[in-house]
Amino acid sequence: MTKIGLEIHSQLTKLESKLFCSCKANYREFEPNTNICPICMGLPGSLPRLNQKAVEKATIIAMALNCSTPEKIAFFRKNYFYPDLPKNFQITQLNIYGDTSVGGTGILMVGEKKIRITRVQLEEDPGRLIYEGSSEKNLVTLVDYNRAGTPLVEIVTEPDFENPREVREFLNILSDLLENLGVSDPSLEGAMRADANVSIEGGNKVEIKNIGSFHDLEKAVHFEITRQQSLRSRDIPIIQETRHWDDKRKITISSRSKEEDLDYRYFLEGDIPWIKIGNQVKEKLKSEMPESISSKKQRYISKYGIPAQVADVLSSDKFYSDLFEDAHTKENAKEIANIITTDLMGLVDTREKRAASKLKPSHLQEISDSIQSGKITRNSAKNALYEIVKTGKKLSDIISELDLGNVSDESELSVIIESVIFEEPQAVEQAKSNPQTINYLVGKVMQKTKGKADPKLTLDLLKKKIR
Amino acid sequence: MNIKISALQFTRDVKSGNISAEDFIAKTMEHIKKLDGNLHAFLSLNEKAVDQAKEIDKKIKSGEKIGQCFGMPISIKDNICIKDTKTTCASKMLENFIAPYDATVITKLKQQDAIFVGKVNLDEFAMGFSTEFSAYGPSKNPWNMDYVPGGSSGGSAVSVSAFECVASLGSDTGGSVRNPASFCSTVGYKPTYGLISRYGLISYANSIEQIGPLTRTVEDAAFMLNLIAGLDPNDNTTVDNNNEDYLKDINSGIEGKKIGIIKEMIGEGINSSVLSATKDAISKLEGLGASCEEISLDMIKYSVAAYYIITATEAGSNLARYDNLRYGYDFSVEGYEFNSYIEKARKKFGPEVTRRMILGGFVPSAGHAGKYFLKALKVKSKLTRQINDAFKKFDLLISPTVPILPFKIGEKINDPVALFLIDINTVTANLTGKPAISIPYAISNGLPIGIQLIANSMNDKLLLQAAYALEKTVKLPEVPL
Ligand SMILES: [Zn+2]
Repeated sequence: MTKIGLEIHSQLTKLESKLFCSCKANYREFEPNTNICPICMGLPGSLPRLNQKAVEKATIIAMALNCSTPEKIAFFRKNYFYPDLPKNFQITQLNIYGDTSVGGTGILMVGEKKIRITRVQLEEDPGRLIYEGSSEKNLVTLVDYNRAGTPLVEIVTEPDFENPREVREFLNILSDLLENLGVSDPSLEGAMRADANVSIEGGNKVEIKNIGSFHDLEKAVHFEITRQQSLRSRDIPIIQETRHWDDKRKITISSRSKEEDLDYRYFLEGDIPWIKIGNQVKEKLKSEMPESISSKKQRYISKYGIPAQVADVLSSDKFYSDLFEDAHTKENAKEIANIITTDLMGLVDTREKRAASKLKPSHLQEISDSIQSGKITRNSAKNALYEIVKTGKKLSDIISELDLGNVSDESELSVIIESVIFEEPQAVEQAKSNPQTINYLVGKVMQKTKGKADPKLTLDLLKKKIR
Repeated sequence: MNIKISALQFTRDVKSGNISAEDFIAKTMEHIKKLDGNLHAFLSLNEKAVDQAKEIDKKIKSGEKIGQCFGMPISIKDNICIKDTKTTCASKMLENFIAPYDATVITKLKQQDAIFVGKVNLDEFAMGFSTEFSAYGPSKNPWNMDYVPGGSSGGSAVSVSAFECVASLGSDTGGSVRNPASFCSTVGYKPTYGLISRYGLISYANSIEQIGPLTRTVEDAAFMLNLIAGLDPNDNTTVDNNNEDYLKDINSGIEGKKIGIIKEMIGEGINSSVLSATKDAISKLEGLGASCEEISLDMIKYSVAAYYIITATEAGSNLARYDNLRYGYDFSVEGYEFNSYIEKARKKFGPEVTRRMILGGFVPSAGHAGKYFLKALKVKSKLTRQINDAFKKFDLLISPTVPILPFKIGEKINDPVALFLIDINTVTANLTGKPAISIPYAISNGLPIGIQLIANSMNDKLLLQAAYALEKTVKLPEVPL
């Protein structure tokens, strides 16, 4: 049997400041080494000043993953040398001397399958190393400390996955969950990273590190399983080791480093006292937690009668569900859900498009109202939506600018219908004997009106004229 | 003008117009320049000190609001950051480190119009008890230049003792304020852990060390504490003291107080004049209405070993950042080859720091932690339990600050018993977080002896009251400069 375990690192990108200082948690917009201060640079004499909000967010994550949460948490030092680590130790958490991380054991369901969470811990992200130069000779390593000290949550799972597909499903669910909690934006570059460990047939465990994206993670796991199976079939022993993912060649390579032998000399971080997270605090955090994805989905189905599949799409994407929540009323809920999951989806399918989108919840209300009152057709609504996302103009302006208004004037529509009847004698005959086929004629009218014909009026008029 | 006055006397004299800050600072700077060639208390001087004093005088004349220090000249141990000032830790590693920010204690003292006359000597990164491990040479004991001033805050003690300033800030990890205070006949006070912010104090063993004042009088120590104690958002380990006024009621006396005489701190190897000074102090306290009784805290016999293991572990981590990439960088970027780099990475550390870094890599390492580091933590918590129990019975504990007299510079101490004795009486207060103070008590053959009082956590006020009472029973000769 194949066993796969994961170690996921998620930045708390929604926080204002770093874990131990007031530099920005969003380091991405800065010139190298400008989002720094004595604390995150580990200058002599500086001390960590714990960001309480980070503790709260991490605790919320632990609770959402159904983890046990201890009464008191502590921080530890993980001592190792690396140029991206300003202090040459990382402030992190540890459960070796009792459960003192923000989260203990928990469970996340992937469909019907239980994935056990080992622990959730809060720690600081190191800086970034940038390698430049084309040849061995002029190779330089640059260090950018803008990221150093940003809050990171590590989520460790038991080796409960049996194949790469389960890994992918888990990561999708987890990243939706983190986004829904409002703690992280997983679509940001480097906001979510993962390492994996793989073993087959109860053999040695192999760690895979350096995996840049979730997409590659699935590939890396797949490659590693195949590699181990092929070794086994040739009776070559699988050694316990750390392998690095080579993202150009798409293979794992033995890192041959002493990494496994590294002794981190963990000990309590005395500069941060133990933090009590009592039941009162936990209750408060729980009450402030956003509604879970599954509960949202249930509500959409039972309260508004939205089909399960639509409710699923709507609830698992925070961008969509936020729009829906702000736009819907009891009456238009189904229509709004429909507009979002059928028409809007293709328009805002990337992070950049979402950021650039000018669409407001009020736009969705306008569209829904206009469809229901017969001002525009569903088809025109789609064209209008495209314009709104681009320009943010009011729907009424777009209707008149692009002439999207319904052709609902009876005499105007009658002329068009007459011409269709004239051009399609065969279809007219068919419709007379088989009323089902009248839709073909409706389609023709739509073609002539570029989809603006009021569908109900068109059908009524057609029926009248054919009879 | 007399510069041999207490800090509080200085503030009263300047406030009343008896003296000007400028005259006093100018005279002090002159005095430093005259003496410090021999004493070597200072690593760097504030050349703007006299100008700053002029500004203070101007403020006083114009009736502007003025801080409680009135331009008081203070020296600062060179492991505490003052903005735009070199902060070397007496190490070659930080030879050119200019702090870009003020330590919290510095910010507070600046707000009170203190003047920092200079940065003073210490054992490299505060590791030592004689200043002989300073990369810039030892300081000398003003009572006898052949002797060490104690350490690691030796420069602080010398500067106060030799009237090169009216008060100093040191740091105390295992006695580093109290030991030199005892050796140089000044008051040296380590407050309850967390009472004074460590922000800007360059860490050696952060879980047990505190900044503390060295002063001429107990009142001055209380005054300094008033200025620098309290919660600091920049140091999560600080505790709220509700703006306690430590000077108020300092003369309350100690009548009816119960004092425990720590048996393990007057045991084997103690110098006979230190022992008799201690006995004398005890009888003085009894004369003032306290009752004294011997008490045994047997974990003390393991305290020094535990202290060295814990401090080495923390130092190994705290000093890991000084890796020759970011500090102490001394070869060109071109050809920065990894192996040659690694070889030189820690070269700028002196022998004692190197020793403790190596120890710090070993004692908490996998396979050894159980035998050393975790055992040391156990000693720490057992010792804390014992001393907490003792404070159920006693208000205060007493011992000599150091059971031996100051020793000669260069007199290499290799005898393990002697080494043990230097630290044995001071480390307990650090390992347990309790406040402790050294009060100048006697002079034996021209060498000072200090008495240590220890109180329970956050009982700093009581401790200062008792120290004040004891101080009033002695009259000591002036330092023979
Ligand atoms: Zn910062």
